[in-house]
Amino acid sequence: MHELGVTESIAGIVLRHAEMNGARRVIKVNIKLGELTGIVDHYVSFYWDLVTRDTIAQGAELNFTKVPVVAYCNKCREEFRIQEYDLTCPRCGELASDIISGREFMVESIEIE
Amino acid sequence: MDIQILEGVFDANERIARENEALFREHGVLAVNLMASPGAGKTSLVSRTLELLSGELSIGVIEGDIASSVDAEKIKSYGVPVVQINTGGACHLDAAMIREALGHLDLFSLDLLIIENVGNLVCPAEFNLGEGLRAMILSVAEGHDKPLKYPLMFSQSHVLLVNKIDLLGLSDFDTGELRETIRRMNPAMEIFEVSCRTGEGLQAWADWLKRRVRESGKEGNP
Ligand SMILES: [Zn+2]
Repeated sequence: MHELGVTESIAGIVLRHAEMNGARRVIKVNIKLGELTGIVDHYVSFYWDLVTRDTIAQGAELNFTKVPVVAYCNKCREEFRIQEYDLTCPRCGELASDIISGREFMVESIEIE
Repeated sequence: MDIQILEGVFDANERIARENEALFREHGVLAVNLMASPGAGKTSLVSRTLELLSGELSIGVIEGDIASSVDAEKIKSYGVPVVQINTGGACHLDAAMIREALGHLDLFSLDLLIIENVGNLVCPAEFNLGEGLRAMILSVAEGHDKPLKYPLMFSQSHVLLVNKIDLLGLSDFDTGELRETIRRMNPAMEIFEVSCRTGEGLQAWADWLKRRVRESGKEGNP
């Protein structure tokens, strides 16, 4: 879907920080990706080669850390993984849960030389 | 050498969205981000809402479209200010596009701004526009299992309009099962069952929306 646009955003972030740090080349990009975002890492990697052609990030490896969807029960303070997007707390059966992770989409760090 | 960055991919959009949000608040405008699949009935819902509310509220419309201006022309016939955004192929609106469109509207004169997003249930959910209310349409023709396929959109929206209920007898759409899925996924979500073709259920939606406009609107901001 919009993987091309987000890949351009990632490249913008990576190149800005690489240049600020005087990099000759970007070797690796570490990305945190929540499972609720719907972003498909395979397509991001595919577009990455297109988007970074002729830049110092060309050929850099993209490393994705997937973040599962986790909710927190406000009643019994239980943390639990969301299955099939059901917010029912598995311990007390309440629906008073907030999603606390799974929407992350962030460039965590880069490896440069 | 390793360099810590910790920069969100959507951070730039979020910054502009927060500015838009502040603008809406300053002007006492409730902005509604209306999202749905292509063909679910977004433009019909905007038309119906204008018919029911434009006598009582001052309403503006932003029409997002990949390329055409057909929908904007239709909405213009209601005599309300309309700004067309052609995304040039992009599958969603973003906060910067809204910011630019706002330059063509007199926010001081508006109570309600309806933003018709591009037809798509995936990407628009990722891009905050600064809206005060996120609304989505699911049409009966699409099936009651859609929330499980597009969980982000369904978990982020405040209100769901189940459209084309005049087709319920012709399909195996199970409203009870849909409500149960939504209850577990997004318990706070308001649900309206409507038909933009027959007009059924639309008055309840319009009344509810009018209340939301009054709550978020001018009184707090004389
Ligand atoms: Zn619990």
